[in-house]
Amino acid sequence: MAFFKLLRQSPLSARIGLAIILINVFAAIFVPFIAPYSETEIVGDVWISASIDHFLGTDHLGRDLFTRLLYGARNTIAIAFVTTLLSFLIGTISGFFAATLGGWTDLTMSRIVDIMMAFPTLIFALMVLSVTGTSVPALIVVIALLDSTRVYRLSRAVAMDIEVMEYVEAARLRGERIWWLMRHEILPNAMPPLVAEFGLRFCFVFLFIAALSFLGLGIQPPMADWGGMVRENAGGISFGIFKGLWPAGAIAFLTVGVNLIIDWFLHIASGLKD
Amino acid sequence: MDSLGKMVAKRVALGLTTLIVISLLIFLGVELLPGDVAETILGQSALPETVEAFRRELKLDLPPHIRYFTWLGDFFQGDFGNSLANKRPVAQQIGWRFANTMFLAAAAAVIAVPLAIILGILAALYRNSLFDRFISVVTLSTISFPEFFVAYILIALLSVEIILFPSISNINEQMSFLEKIHAIFLPCMTLTLVVVAHMMRQTRAAIINIMASPFIEMARLKGIKRARIIVLHALPNALSPVINVVAINLAYLVVGVVVVEVVFVYPGLGQLLVDSVSKRDIPVVQASGLIFAAIYIGLNLLADVLSIISNPRLRNPK
Amino acid sequence: MTKLLSIKNLKIEGLTGEKWVEIVNGVDVALDRGEVLGLIGESGAGKSTIGLASMGYTRQGCRIASGSIVFDGMELFGASKAIKRKIRGARIAYVAQSAAASFNPAHRLIKQYAEGPIQHGQMSFAEAEQEAIGIYRRLLLPDPEGIGYRYPHQVSGGQLQRAMVAMAMSCQPDIIVFDEPTTALDVTTQIEVLAAIKNITRQFNTAALYITHDLAVVAQMADRIMVLRYGNLVEEGAARELLGNPKEEYTKQLLSVRTFRKETDQNDNNSNVILKVQNVSASYTGEEKVLEDINVKIRRGRTVALVGESGSGKSTLARVITGLLPPLQGKVIFEGNELPPALKSRDRESLRKMQMIYQMPDTALNPRQKVRKVIGRPLSFYFGMGGKEREDKIIDLLEKIELSEKYIERYPEELSGGEKQRICIARALAAKPNLIICDEVTSALDQLVAEEILKLLQSLQNELGVSYLFITHDLATVKAISDEIVVMLQGKIVEQGERQEILTPPHHEYTELLLSSVPEMDPDWLDNLLAERQAENEQQIEIS
Repeated sequence: MAFFKLLRQSPLSARIGLAIILINVFAAIFVPFIAPYSETEIVGDVWISASIDHFLGTDHLGRDLFTRLLYGARNTIAIAFVTTLLSFLIGTISGFFAATLGGWTDLTMSRIVDIMMAFPTLIFALMVLSVTGTSVPALIVVIALLDSTRVYRLSRAVAMDIEVMEYVEAARLRGERIWWLMRHEILPNAMPPLVAEFGLRFCFVFLFIAALSFLGLGIQPPMADWGGMVRENAGGISFGIFKGLWPAGAIAFLTVGVNLIIDWFLHIASGLKD
Repeated sequence: MDSLGKMVAKRVALGLTTLIVISLLIFLGVELLPGDVAETILGQSALPETVEAFRRELKLDLPPHIRYFTWLGDFFQGDFGNSLANKRPVAQQIGWRFANTMFLAAAAAVIAVPLAIILGILAALYRNSLFDRFISVVTLSTISFPEFFVAYILIALLSVEIILFPSISNINEQMSFLEKIHAIFLPCMTLTLVVVAHMMRQTRAAIINIMASPFIEMARLKGIKRARIIVLHALPNALSPVINVVAINLAYLVVGVVVVEVVFVYPGLGQLLVDSVSKRDIPVVQASGLIFAAIYIGLNLLADVLSIISNPRLRNPK
Repeated sequence: MTKLLSIKNLKIEGLTGEKWVEIVNGVDVALDRGEVLGLIGESGAGKSTIGLASMGYTRQGCRIASGSIVFDGMELFGASKAIKRKIRGARIAYVAQSAAASFNPAHRLIKQYAEGPIQHGQMSFAEAEQEAIGIYRRLLLPDPEGIGYRYPHQVSGGQLQRAMVAMAMSCQPDIIVFDEPTTALDVTTQIEVLAAIKNITRQFNTAALYITHDLAVVAQMADRIMVLRYGNLVEEGAARELLGNPKEEYTKQLLSVRTFRKETDQNDNNSNVILKVQNVSASYTGEEKVLEDINVKIRRGRTVALVGESGSGKSTLARVITGLLPPLQGKVIFEGNELPPALKSRDRESLRKMQMIYQMPDTALNPRQKVRKVIGRPLSFYFGMGGKEREDKIIDLLEKIELSEKYIERYPEELSGGEKQRICIARALAAKPNLIICDEVTSALDQLVAEEILKLLQSLQNELGVSYLFITHDLATVKAISDEIVVMLQGKIVEQGERQEILTPPHHEYTELLLSSVPEMDPDWLDNLLAERQAENEQQIEIS
């Protein structure tokens, strides 16, 4: 398969990135089978050190930290992924529409997006969440909506670039309908930048949700999630108990992995060596 | 000059409009609360008198458009209403914290901006060298690390393992400037690290883009020295994109401050906002949200205007 | 006597993907003082690469693999940066294709003019300022005292190109490398720049490497010509001899390129009109008109060439006819019915009957669609074809455009420029149109390929009776393929009529200018023309 051929020629960084992602996805899918304890079970004292029974010790309530970390992978990654997917669905469709229809449709949508983007996302999210409350569905919808503005910008710009190509004009002159133009002429050519953007947006959404949870305004306890776990265990850091660094490191680990893959992908897609 | 002035005026007008729309959104946000705002926030079990008092406090008894204009009018006069949590005027709480936030952001900017530009230019000029690779690995990691991860690593290293700086950045008016700097050292470092990475990456890209222009090739073929090409040919044209990068990152800095303030329990506007959101202290949320938005929009506007002014084609019209 | 520049067995490699591939395979170049050497070839011949290499320079992704480049006794290949820097600009200067991109937008022209002489320690800024006025005047730039104090974007294209020649002359170099300096210009502007270059190199006895794809242009400029192909030398010789008596087959082909002529069918005036453009005016902004009161008729089975320089509105007219730009006033009548002004309201049948072929086959084909889909889509869209029937029809169409059926599985990137353009033709034919609008269809192609495409279009017309509206700026193409000619200037029709009528004198003033500006193979053409024009001017001055 073409993919494996590409993989064989891939640089070390890309392989590391792929490995990181696979480890995380594997953990997220198979947690119930590999986790030694259950998600919210209290198994011992608070903040005990690592041992054979508890690979990473326990957290601020005496739950097994390793188990929490695995469940955290599942919750955090799943929510971030769904959010990114939703954001892309909204962003690309509206972006393509704006680019192909042009005129006032484009103008209105772009103005709305301009205004939303003129507002710092974190502040916007905080304010909206102060009104809607912090349930998981609310979190997903709010962040997806906010993030879709950036996807909109990119997909509109990419579609505009393709739109001016003469093959699109040729299809228009043939009398093709807008869905055909979007599906057959624009989308296949917009894929490379959109795929790369998906990775970047995932990282952003993932970090964003982690930040919100860290601030206590994202995913709520007792559900395990990495941002929240950092917050819960942060109190120990001043006493030399670095449990909070594990989930924080896990976040960084996954983001680095995704970024490595994006870099590799962009490298292939551009066909240039830089 | 005329068309330049027109473009700038247009941007400023656009910025102001955006701000007005944002203020409307912030205001409407409260309106959009499902059901009765007062009951939702106070809970079903609240006494009717309490609910009534709350409604008066938020001026919910008046029609919406009047409330909006009173709110906005009061806002511009510096009256942000009273906090729901402690009944004190919001302006009083915000004023001091706002100054603290600006102090922290400014300190980070003073270090980050020159550092990022210099490193970005160097990375672009010595592209694909060991230095460039090293820089790109570092930026990739700092971009991937959440702010709190960077913050806690700094705390672990410089506050717990080696006790150099406080992990809680408490500052007050009695402290001298140096004491304040010492207190905010760690949050300032965190912000710097996070912002430098972004800024450097974009500066590098902007410079590389300019260096690939045909007029740079022409200068090389004229036998001009490399240093002169960079200073006289590349920089004047790189100014516009680089200024843009800087301003946008400063805007990002002001917002990034929120998480960092929470980590270091720094008495700034960001922490106040987060506290107020969890307490649902609507007047405080509205006021601090609007201030953050105004700064953010202002900086973006500045970026736009400066990059128009520094563009040689626009500065010398036909 | 030793040569001023002597390049021996030059090999240059370019990076494609991860591999270094040879793009210049051992070429020798020798240049005497004051001599102009023309390097000619189609795209991929390596002519620009050789031109730059003569300054010891390669673009990113290229490297000199071996050989020697000796300039005035100094070896440049492998020379230190300091040595190369001393030579570049001061002794060998470069003139690029696009002046607009090659001038730094941040500085005034005079500052960029003076930079070379100052940096090479030849003169002060004040001296350079004085010199510049003289050079600008010799290059016939308007307002030679003032033009230097403008910014590049404040000066027109042809003037900017001359300002770049002036900049190259600023150090009075021994050699100037001209890299397609007039390719981006209109014919009437090109001639001014050519004249300026010729003048100034003669006056200063400067040697030059003149790089171009246009034999007629090189015929005017060069003492000696080297024909290159795929990084190899094909033929070399004194200009007159090489043009008069080419030895190699490839050179002969290049020379014979403009000989194709349509056999005219004079008495076809009574065949019915299929397209009528009536009093059309159009504008992009709603205010400034780019088309004013245009009237054009196209008859069945005939070719109307619409000719004009950039900004004449010829492509805009195509947009109005196809419905992409609804006109401010006027009508488009197709086969007796008035078409709705906007594309959206036209029915499928009238869309089918009018097809379009574009200038850039690269952007006219969707890179993600195989030939099967490109040609097959109009078949299923207009005729509801599918399965075997469609497959057969595609192969049939491929045959018509002289490509084998194995092309059906290919993506555009697996095709050459000419093949891509053929596929575009097949796509248009698939709709069984009555009219095909050809928008500069040969301008992006190499000359030999362009010729093939023109022949193909002609034979298709003979076979299918389709009409063409042929939009072009290239008069050679017009002469080759048209039955009728429409000349446009600044949004208006200057002159129109049968080919014979338009091409035989007396001409309209602008048509005359246009026709006389097209370079011819005759090496004396430019000198004669300039002498003629000067004489006319003097005459006019005497009369007035």
